[in-house]
Amino acid sequence: MIVNLVVLLACQLAGEVAARGLGLPVPGPVIGMALLFAGLVLRPALAERIAPTTSALLAHLSLLFVPAGVGVVGHLDTLGQHGVALIAALLLSTIAAIMAGVYVFLLVARLTGASE
Amino acid sequence: MSPAAPAEIWTYLRQDPLLWLTATLVAYALGDLAFRRTGRKPLVNPVLVAVALLAVLLRVTGTPYERYFDGAQFVHFMLGPATVALAVPLYANIKLIRSAFWPMLAALVAGSVTALATAVAIGAAFGLRGETLLSLAPKSVTAPVALGVSETIGGAPNLTAVLVIITGITGAVVATPLLNLMRIRDWRARGLAVGVAAHGIGTARAFQVNETAGAFAGIGMGLNALLTALIAPLLAPWLVALLTG
Repeated sequence: MIVNLVVLLACQLAGEVAARGLGLPVPGPVIGMALLFAGLVLRPALAERIAPTTSALLAHLSLLFVPAGVGVVGHLDTLGQHGVALIAALLLSTIAAIMAGVYVFLLVARLTGASE
Repeated sequence: MSPAAPAEIWTYLRQDPLLWLTATLVAYALGDLAFRRTGRKPLVNPVLVAVALLAVLLRVTGTPYERYFDGAQFVHFMLGPATVALAVPLYANIKLIRSAFWPMLAALVAGSVTALATAVAIGAAFGLRGETLLSLAPKSVTAPVALGVSETIGGAPNLTAVLVIITGITGAVVATPLLNLMRIRDWRARGLAVGVAAHGIGTARAFQVNETAGAFAGIGMGLNALLTALIAPLLAPWLVALLTG
């Protein structure tokens, strides 16, 4: 458990250092995710080892963004003033993104012979 | 030690991280209970319920957000390690990724760019500007990454957090009727598109509908987190400048 947490924190730390040191515009934890993924590819045994810790953490992932979400109290005037614009943008772009993803998947699956 | 008056206890508690840390967990537990009691309806999202309860509580007690966050930051901190942990389910699905590599990659890029570009374009058309518009850009990405991206590109991470949740709920509600209307029967395509467009909340919904769709949605969510983190810092400020000049 402790070692598993160290693995996660070490990846995040390396990601933060890389992001700042190299001036990358990518959040440090995302680089940490890529590092851990590379680590799992190189050492498949690691996956089984850390899975209990990561599953426990990811099972409550949505709890973790409650504190940031509550920060919306500072933006209530923005939400009130631009509510219609924001809802329209979210609704239409979500529909557009699902349609684009589905059609491109089916098209490329047909072209590459990866159809079901 | 003589017993303290309730007002004194309150004065102590409101300064202490313990109170708001506990309140955050209780609010989420209540939200989760409501979610399960209503048969896991996407509209009764546990995070949205928890945020609403806490927002009301802060208002009623006259507590500034900064003081609340002093306590809640211990929960917030875990977002970083949780983001790193997303590599594990992604790795667990590596065989699925290999089996449909090119369709997935193409659909990922198409869905990711469409989500970002249409959100910014529609927002701009409706008169949104600057920070608010930038906060919209990463709304289809899983929350921990979206917050980081929002901060990186000059958005307001707190606003993005709520936009991300509303996007997830929207995706979870519209996906099944939309995809049935489009007569799409390939569960891989359906799942991946929903994961890219509506992250974890969409993925949870996809798992309810079909196991394969759920697995592909999870992959879509994980890969979109990586892709958006890479392209949003380049694409979003450029688009915003182009559209709002």
